[in-house]
Amino acid sequence: MSDLDLLVEPARPLPEPRQITPGLTTGDKVFRFVAAAAAASVLLILGLVALFLVLEAQPALKVAGFKFFTTFEWNPDGTPAHFGIAALIYGTAMIACIALVVALPIAVGSALFVNEYAPARLGRPLVALLDLLAAVPSLIYGMWGLYYLQPHLQGTSRWLTDHLGFIPFFHTSRPVFGSSMFIAGIVVGLMVLPIVASVTREVLAQAPRGVCEAALALGGSRWGMIRSVILPFGRSGIVGAAMLGLGRALGETIAIALILAFNFRITTQILAPGGGSVAGLIANNFGEAGDAQRHALVAAGLALFVITLIVNTVARIIVNRTSKGKMED
Amino acid sequence: MSAVPAAALPHPRKVRRSVREVVERPLMIAAVVGVAMALIFAVTPLSGVLGWALCTYVGFVVLDSFDCYRTDGPVVAKDRIATVLVSTAGLCTVVPLILIVAYVLSKGLHGVTRSFFTETLEKVGPADPATVGGAKHAIIGTIEQVGLATILATPLGLMTAVHLTESRGRLARVTRVLVDAMSGIPSIVAGLFIYTMWVVRFHEGFSGLAAAMALSVLMLPTVARTAEEVIKLVPNGLRESSLALGAPEWKTTLRIILPAARSGLVTATVLGVSRIAGETAPLLMTAFGSDSVNTNPWHGAQSALPLFAFQRVRNAIPTQIARGWAGALVLIVLVLSLFTLARAPGGRGVSPRHWRREPPKTAARGRKGP
Repeated sequence: MSDLDLLVEPARPLPEPRQITPGLTTGDKVFRFVAAAAAASVLLILGLVALFLVLEAQPALKVAGFKFFTTFEWNPDGTPAHFGIAALIYGTAMIACIALVVALPIAVGSALFVNEYAPARLGRPLVALLDLLAAVPSLIYGMWGLYYLQPHLQGTSRWLTDHLGFIPFFHTSRPVFGSSMFIAGIVVGLMVLPIVASVTREVLAQAPRGVCEAALALGGSRWGMIRSVILPFGRSGIVGAAMLGLGRALGETIAIALILAFNFRITTQILAPGGGSVAGLIANNFGEAGDAQRHALVAAGLALFVITLIVNTVARIIVNRTSKGKMED
Repeated sequence: MSAVPAAALPHPRKVRRSVREVVERPLMIAAVVGVAMALIFAVTPLSGVLGWALCTYVGFVVLDSFDCYRTDGPVVAKDRIATVLVSTAGLCTVVPLILIVAYVLSKGLHGVTRSFFTETLEKVGPADPATVGGAKHAIIGTIEQVGLATILATPLGLMTAVHLTESRGRLARVTRVLVDAMSGIPSIVAGLFIYTMWVVRFHEGFSGLAAAMALSVLMLPTVARTAEEVIKLVPNGLRESSLALGAPEWKTTLRIILPAARSGLVTATVLGVSRIAGETAPLLMTAFGSDSVNTNPWHGAQSALPLFAFQRVRNAIPTQIARGWAGALVLIVLVLSLFTLARAPGGRGVSPRHWRREPPKTAARGRKGP
């Protein structure tokens, strides 16, 4: 004990303990404020989008009144002005549905392939290429769809209407194909494919591995395991991914503006030229539009904004619930 | 012992493993079906390469699964069908990209000459060949607009990401939802927004700046979400040791966390740039387009590469369309190389060179990235 005492230096008076003020320093407060302000700017921008669109759409909405949602024509410059988005919304929804019919099976298949079938050596490049597809600009899809896909789909369209014409969708009154909702829908489907596939892939990868292996250990085949574990687990996630794709498809502009021949009728003949799209119409008409027309176009844009916002938010909520909720085996 | 008598057990399922079973047999079936379909097409009025391919595919799926059913029973046959279909879907996703890139290359390659980068469309008449005139004005416009948009959106996006990761308040939760909502805004709505605010209400007129603002609305969510993912990958130990050593929060963030995530943050920015560089729709109502050089982004209508290509292609004159394809080719090369640069291995996540002593698990996550 005494040896130790020798080793220890004689006690010196301890230095005054540093005063620590609990809470944040001034710098921290400033920093947090700046970060919060940046985050709040997102809120601000969204608010401003709504505000200015409403302000600018007001003259048109006043003229059209509630008929804005029920009219099938688009003639805002005429006297009397007669315009509404009913046919446009129908066309937009129709194209988006065709897009999903094209994209969803391929997306789910590719998600399963990358997650469950492909070796990493093949899966990773596939994911990279699919991401690359997402980076291709909308304009290029449109040009490709117009000049490459449209001539190549002539035969397919004709075959569909000849052999499956009894289905109302594939019926055409005149044998003219091209500039149709069918082709626009396929192009938009390819455009939304990457996002649907990547969200589906992430959701399905969350399926509890233990249960998957249990299914295999009980003698199930790989497909049996997918059908009894992965798909039931990911069902709502796939729905969310599809809605996310729907949100994107509703807002696609340039490709549709290039491909579609606009008319303002509601028709189930998706193979025939003609159709409508809110975003496409705005892009097509904006350049030469007069004042009245521009107000009307902004009103259409406002409707599009509200619809996509609702679809996207609901989709995100569904996706987030799936990927967070059922983590435990 | 209560063991089941051996006779009651079903035969264990056979698993196809050998090369003969996995490769040769399906190939043989495919060849047989293909030839048979070709014969059928030659005799009957059916025609078309696409139709033949489709019929062959369907025939292959049916015969192959029947082959499986004969030797291994229904469970394996169903599994077989699923495997073929799922693999087809997986490989199908690559086809559009190849088709698009090949087609744009074939259409645009001869239009990309020296003059494309050095001349404008100012003095080009409808009778001039496609080699006269170029997109110099559009290239200048794109550089200025995308540059300005990056300057506007990147700091905002990064600070939003910092807020999302470092604070757990209600604002952060709301913001995360809103950033997602914002990433779903159709690009044309972003253009309409800037048009109604900047061009109409503030009487500023069409300009490169207006285009940049519209583009930054689209870029902000991409940067914020990617940066958030990257900052989350920074090992928590770094944050805690910095705070334990007495550094204030702001210093920890600016000097420790952001530098550790540096390469990932660059990725976030480049991803954002690659998202907006090809946008056409918002430019229609903000930059408006022009045929001559306007180097002043603050004032006057400006062109941009996507806008240039779009307006050329809408034209009915073949030489103009050829110019449009050249523009599209330059654009797709620009966007895809930016995107590849951003996603190149090692260009994402926490750079392992600076923080070698992190625990192995985190290191692996940092390298792999989503």
